[in-house]
Amino acid sequence: MMHTAEMMKAFVPYRGDAILVPGRSGRYWINLSDNQPLDVELGDPSMGGHAGLGLGLALARSDKKVMLFDSEGDILMSLGILATVAEQSPPNLYHFLIDNGVYATTGGQPVPNADNIQYDMIARGCGYPSTYAFTEIGDFERALPEIMGKPGPVFVSCKVVPEIENEPIGRRRRWQTRTREEVVVDLRRALGSSR
Amino acid sequence: MNDMTANVLSPETMLAQIKKHGVTHVVYLPDSETNWLYLLMKADPAIHLVGVNREGHASSIAAGLWLGGAKPLILIQNTGMLESGDSIRGWLMSLNVPIVLMVGYRGWTRHGVTTDTVATYTERFLMAFGLNYYLVENDADASRIAVAFEEAERTKRPVVVLVGDEYHGFNR
Repeated sequence: MMHTAEMMKAFVPYRGDAILVPGRSGRYWINLSDNQPLDVELGDPSMGGHAGLGLGLALARSDKKVMLFDSEGDILMSLGILATVAEQSPPNLYHFLIDNGVYATTGGQPVPNADNIQYDMIARGCGYPSTYAFTEIGDFERALPEIMGKPGPVFVSCKVVPEIENEPIGRRRRWQTRTREEVVVDLRRALGSSR
Repeated sequence: MNDMTANVLSPETMLAQIKKHGVTHVVYLPDSETNWLYLLMKADPAIHLVGVNREGHASSIAAGLWLGGAKPLILIQNTGMLESGDSIRGWLMSLNVPIVLMVGYRGWTRHGVTTDTVATYTERFLMAFGLNYYLVENDADASRIAVAFEEAERTKRPVVVLVGDEYHGFNR
């Protein structure tokens, strides 16, 4: 099984000028990024919505790739979004699922049926034309050129080691360097969004 | 205009307002009586439809569209708005997304007793969330839709249009 940090690190050479939605993995990405204005580290505005955010960005900005790092807890809460993504079929959306099998930020309780869900199969069944699943970092690294060369939407499920937080929310170290408002302003400015 | 047409909210009026205010994407889940509007939007190349299967998905999609420079509108029913509470809070309100939500007001009536509990809780929900709203019942209310769009832009907040004529205006 791979670690989220090494998975994100493997992705660095392929980022380019893509819009990147790190989902719950912003703390792993923030020190790797060389294009912060196009990073959308909003944290967790409301659970289950990262895929929708990525879809909206991909539809609005068909000229740019959108890299989305989702989690299995979020996807399980919103499985139906996969059908909407597949119907819209944005060719610029790359949907990575970081599957640690648990609700890591609440103490590590397992998600329902954690060991028996094949998310790539669910995505394929919903209509994603290209889907992958990996458990080892080496396999993931070797497949990245092919994955990033495919037209989207591509779905990539990665099984990772859970890194569990048990600190009460108020005592956790803040990893963000920008407020949510600053992320929004920086992104819209970088994209020239005027509406 | 005769008495019949004056007393309905036509889908053509709704679409005209949507286009007048530069909406690029309509994120929607079919409502009880909005099929005529759906057909009109589907036939209009200026409108990109994004269908969802649960209303809670609409808010984050709309947030992404707006962040990317598009102008989305959400079209759902009040039942789905209640279901979407935390998504509206997190993806629209907390990100200051200036968006109009057109919400079918199922169960609303100007006359008699409200028997549908979703109507009972609709305006209470909006007040609890601090979301401003405008009720439209017929074509004469079209200017209220314009007010909602302008208010959303000015305040950088979601504004709701409650479509109170849901069981009449679209039901040709």
